[in-house]
Amino acid sequence: MYRYDEFDHQLVTERVEQFRKQVDRRLAGKLTEDQFKPLRLMNGLYLQLHAYMLRVNVPYGVLSARQLRKLADIARRYDRGYGHFTTRQNIQYNWVSLADTPDILADLATVEMNAMQSSGNCVRNITADPFAGRARDEIEDPRVWCELIRQYSILNPEFAYLPRKFKIAVTGAPNDRAAVGVHDIGLRMHHDADGRPGFEVLVGGGQGRTPVIGKTIRDWIEPEEILAYIEAILRVYNLHGRRDNLYKARIKILVNALGIDKFREMVDAEWEAIRGQGLTVPEAEQARIAQYFRPPAWASLRDIDAELELQATADPAFGAWLNSNVSAHKAPGYAIVSLSLKAPGREPGDLSADKMDAVATLADLYSLGELRVTHRQNLVLPDVRQADLKELFRELVSLELATPNIGLLTDMIACPGLDYCALANARSIPVAQDISRHFTAVDKLQEIGALSINISGCMNACGHHHVGNIGILGVDKKGKEFFQITLGGASDQNATLGDRLGPGLPQAEVPGAIEAIVDTYLAQRESEQETFLATYRRVGIDPFKTAVYGEEPVRRVA
Amino acid sequence: MTQVLTANRLDDGRVVFLTPTGDWSPDLNDACTVSDDDAAQELSAVGALAEAACTVIGPYLIEVLEDEGQLQAAAIREAIRAAGPTVQAGQF
Amino acid sequence: MALIRNGFLAADGYSPVPADAPLPATGPLLLTLPQWQAWRTELIERGTPVGVRLASDEHPEALAADTNHLSLIALEFPSFRDGRAYSYARLLRDRFGYTGELRAVGDVLPDQLLYMQRVGFDAFEIDSNDPVADYEDAIGGFSVVYQPSGDERVPALRLRHG
Ligand code: SF4
Repeated sequence: MYRYDEFDHQLVTERVEQFRKQVDRRLAGKLTEDQFKPLRLMNGLYLQLHAYMLRVNVPYGVLSARQLRKLADIARRYDRGYGHFTTRQNIQYNWVSLADTPDILADLATVEMNAMQSSGNCVRNITADPFAGRARDEIEDPRVWCELIRQYSILNPEFAYLPRKFKIAVTGAPNDRAAVGVHDIGLRMHHDADGRPGFEVLVGGGQGRTPVIGKTIRDWIEPEEILAYIEAILRVYNLHGRRDNLYKARIKILVNALGIDKFREMVDAEWEAIRGQGLTVPEAEQARIAQYFRPPAWASLRDIDAELELQATADPAFGAWLNSNVSAHKAPGYAIVSLSLKAPGREPGDLSADKMDAVATLADLYSLGELRVTHRQNLVLPDVRQADLKELFRELVSLELATPNIGLLTDMIACPGLDYCALANARSIPVAQDISRHFTAVDKLQEIGALSINISGCMNACGHHHVGNIGILGVDKKGKEFFQITLGGASDQNATLGDRLGPGLPQAEVPGAIEAIVDTYLAQRESEQETFLATYRRVGIDPFKTAVYGEEPVRRVA
Repeated sequence: MTQVLTANRLDDGRVVFLTPTGDWSPDLNDACTVSDDDAAQELSAVGALAEAACTVIGPYLIEVLEDEGQLQAAAIREAIRAAGPTVQAGQF
Repeated sequence: MALIRNGFLAADGYSPVPADAPLPATGPLLLTLPQWQAWRTELIERGTPVGVRLASDEHPEALAADTNHLSLIALEFPSFRDGRAYSYARLLRDRFGYTGELRAVGDVLPDQLLYMQRVGFDAFEIDSNDPVADYEDAIGGFSVVYQPSGDERVPALRLRHG
């Protein structure tokens, strides 16, 4: 993974000291909250329902065991002993104090981490395929470019006060695990006929109140030109994005208002003016960063499918886990292992400091000391020897991190919701807990197959409900919490937005409604291979409506 | 309608309520309750001063109900703010 | 309000002209865009120092052909959250070749001076008890930058390779 050099260290250290002074001025009453707020936000510090919340960047989801230990240490020393992994591959602490924050940031800097621009109307943490550099289906490792874009965007003076926040996601694999279609800029890496890499650029995707799937603005950008092209997009957005209405300020609104062709024309004009100058990535810098992402020293091994199959037959629990939580690795004899943070009844994405430490130990023992955070709020050990899988499985079972549900119904995304979030309408976590307690039978989950349930506590859609196969959105009706269900969303390479099923339901009725939806799918599917999404796309919403609301159109309060 | 004044403390961000002695307490039951507009305005004025003095952030009035001597926030959001998350955080 | 120019406390020297007033006979003037456009020919002939103050929705492209005739351009920040003027500044410096004084006016906070300076501002109207100290604090805080932004700082990605 990338390691800071003297420049990176210097910049982060200076940033911490700058923020320390700003906090001192705030505590001494020399800054008003209004003036201080953008400063603290651009250092990742929110004020939530109960306390300050600090959001720490995990750059493109890559984390070392050493860093995870530090995150555990911070959770214990400055928080209440746990953290929450988010859909932006970051970690949030829910109970930090303002006065402690500069010290936390200084601690983070010792392990080459920071919280810069994890909030604010600026370019946020770059997200990426959590399997980057490891997945067997990968065309090109996107992390070199993620790091270049990260550095380009950090403390970029021109784009610190954009109309609204700005999210960039990158994938180098045809199977999109980074949801690039719902980002302000989505980058897909392809190869040309000669096997040289380049970027397809999507723009104007996003969720929130007005969900939009991004449109391809250019199907080919040479890698060394990507920073200039991003700058051209950012400049057009900074100059022309709306600033009069918070809900119409994202770039998607600008792209839709102008139309993609007009928008492209403006970006191209800007790009032509700055092409080939200071933003062209020097080859030496590309090479310098690339060396950090060279494949680790994998042993030369062979795949041991037959042996694993035998182990799976002997131990069906292991088999189920192998099926859902283990993915194909580039290197023969290795596997990518996902650690489920979605055990039944748990808070999706939460992890205690003790377990962080335990996972760090496992990463050292079994995965060359590296980890990943996924946008589905799980952790990944990216370099596990297939021969170690059985042993690792046993360790993970004892940590409650081996729930065999990755990609299955109970691998739910849930935002913090009204239990923590100041903007929420309803609680997301209890809904996820109810559903996970309702669907505990492993065979049933595997029978249902690939199915994503995404839960957001309000229209801001941090829980990605628009792109869940089943989306659940918390709404407030006369002071009561209700949940609206959408069906048919997807965040992969064929991203779609879900369709609203009907009126909102009270929390108690949600698990039953999910069961009715799932049963309808099982009855309607043409074969076991036909996924929920495929069936939904084939049969449409009506059978599901009937299953949840009955034959007659029902009027409800919400 | 009975109201109390709430805010977040500046230094640690914790939820607090204005007490009859002009202090800020994390316990809703310590809060100074008011039931008419004039008194509510007085609370708000105290809050504005405390904000200007950088003791608290964003003071606002919330509605409370009294139940056997215990105060309870009327809105679910405020009930969660006063009592903490409804989920068992940090156990996993 | 204090004016910091190139790091020093400075006297403004430019006078605004009230709306509907005629063109004053002498002196360095700070004009609105419509005033400049109305008096442009006369002022160019006159050759006295002239500045134009652009509102936040006036694109500096309107001055692209005039950058040689102006010794001051003031860009307005209606709110510190409105970041358009950062891009305007870059366009004026990099695209339109403007080399005169570029002044940040309006809601200009000390904590934003570094960003403003990095995109090409060299003068700042700030409300501060100790504007020079604020300026030095802000500008001196960072010795490393990651991206070119029109100032003379060399970004890390070039420094690393000599
Ligand atoms: S979706 Fe709404 S409730 Fe959930 S975290 Fe985002 S803002 Fe908060």
